[in-house]
Amino acid sequence: MSAAMAAVSPAADTLLNVERLTMRFGGLIAINDVSFVAKRRQITGIIGPNGAGKTTLFNCITGFYKPTVGRLTLHGDAGHTYLLEQMDGFRIGQKARVARTFQNIRLFTGMSVLENLMVAQHNKLMLASGYTVLGLFGWPSFRRAERDARDKAVHWLEKTRLIGVADQPAGSLPYGDQRRLEIARAMCTDPIMLCLDEPAAGLNPRESADLNSLLLSIRDEFGIGLLLIEHDMSVVMGISDHIVVLDYGRKIAEGTPLDIRNDPAVIRAYLGEDGQE
Amino acid sequence: MEWLFELFHQVNYELPKFVQFLIVGLTLGSIYGLIAIGYTMVYGIIGMINFAHGDIYMIGAFQAMIVLLICGTLGISWVPLQLLLMLVVAVALTAAYGWSVERIAYRPLRGTQRLAPLISAIGMSIFLQNYVQLVQGPRPKPVEPVISGGVTVLTRADGFVAQLGYLQIVIVLLTVALMAGFTLLITRTSLGRAQRACEQDMKMASLLGVNVDRTISLTFVMGAGLAAVAGMMVTLYWGNNDFHMGFNAGIKAFTAAVLGGIGSLPGAMLGGVLIGLIEAFWSGYFTAEYKDVAAFSILVLVLIFRPTGLLGRPEVEKV
Repeated sequence: MSAAMAAVSPAADTLLNVERLTMRFGGLIAINDVSFVAKRRQITGIIGPNGAGKTTLFNCITGFYKPTVGRLTLHGDAGHTYLLEQMDGFRIGQKARVARTFQNIRLFTGMSVLENLMVAQHNKLMLASGYTVLGLFGWPSFRRAERDARDKAVHWLEKTRLIGVADQPAGSLPYGDQRRLEIARAMCTDPIMLCLDEPAAGLNPRESADLNSLLLSIRDEFGIGLLLIEHDMSVVMGISDHIVVLDYGRKIAEGTPLDIRNDPAVIRAYLGEDGQE
Repeated sequence: MEWLFELFHQVNYELPKFVQFLIVGLTLGSIYGLIAIGYTMVYGIIGMINFAHGDIYMIGAFQAMIVLLICGTLGISWVPLQLLLMLVVAVALTAAYGWSVERIAYRPLRGTQRLAPLISAIGMSIFLQNYVQLVQGPRPKPVEPVISGGVTVLTRADGFVAQLGYLQIVIVLLTVALMAGFTLLITRTSLGRAQRACEQDMKMASLLGVNVDRTISLTFVMGAGLAAVAGMMVTLYWGNNDFHMGFNAGIKAFTAAVLGGIGSLPGAMLGGVLIGLIEAFWSGYFTAEYKDVAAFSILVLVLIFRPTGLLGRPEVEKV
């Protein structure tokens, strides 16, 4: 109902409007008629038991899968809207500016930490370097763009406390550092929406608290919207502004963390039965 | 003391020949190395052996030859200008061929079975050979030497002269310069970074907004450009182009890429130089007829004992 209203007149702070999204793989329905709205300057948590369709949802948003049914509207800056389900994978990053991190970390392990962040700024540099031709001859505009890109990378390395390992191969970092690097890399693409797939997985409580403050500062400083899949309840409940609960591909609840905590359907599906593990 | 003197004498006698083989080997190796880079880069980024690459090199050789003939008709006889024109036109046109081959024969098959583009590549190779045979005729085309002469390095008492041709100097220097420029391109520029990123995780690169298709196209363009330079060098060096010349050179360069470690750029160059040297010394000290056997035996041995090549990384399981 709320989705239908949003389609008629999207509220000014609507960032992503998911409408009646369905994803079928043969006979398996991974996502079944899910609608919700993610807002700017908000962290939207997506929770649900294993196999609820959370990662599939991300894969639809970032172009890995073409949804069977449904519409994904991203309201970009300056009134541009993008229908994500119709875009090529790389344009979702380039034009619609949706960035994402993965459950199993996908860094360019053979490249240095700094280079990982530079790849994320490839488009800008490619333009500035006149598609490499001018860049080879040290054209000033390219040098300036390269320096700006480096500054930005350094800024994020400082923010994620990775500046000391900037020149090491990304694959050699400890697990927690790799997680933060992935977030830094995603932020270097200048996203307006950041999708985080279990960023706290495998982190110890201290690192996880760190992550919370990093995500909150991203929300507040850059005014972007975050979509957050997470199993760690201290993270989700602690920082989400809005939570969507999926179970067997359906949306079973939606609301503030407080609502979700007290929702009987959620307790039954999620916290009650699987909460013991 | 007597034997030492004898040995010295022997070495002194053999040295000029050795040096001559070394020079020839390095020249050949440069040419193989330039072709090998095309194989290794394409393999690195999409994990496919581009069997049409040898024929792209053949196209490059023909382009260079045609430019040279046109220069002759137009009366351009200043050698540096001839060389520059050959270089620019051959590289540009051959790069266009490389781009088209990828666009027509490989891109539509991306994401299907691994074998499909490979077979498509073999088809492309046959097509290019037949195309050149049709438009240029089946007979070898002789080309007049453009750069002749050289400097004498060593002379032996019986009159054997080890000579370093000016052309050989040009070939080796041009190769070194190209390699340096190329290394810069791959390590320093954004395009190079994008290529390395695509090599490691294409999906992830695409999520970061890298246009993967374009990056792959540019890889083919670069490989074809370098192959064109090799083709031009061969046109100047041997001056005997035929439509089938890409096959042998292509397989040799592929051997070089495997020997150096496929996927590794310095490896391709090292492999090229090694294959060139092996061929030169084998032809010099044993028999020229079996030089291909020597080169391909190396391929077999490398595949058995060191499948990752000299500088290659061990294959990492992709998740």
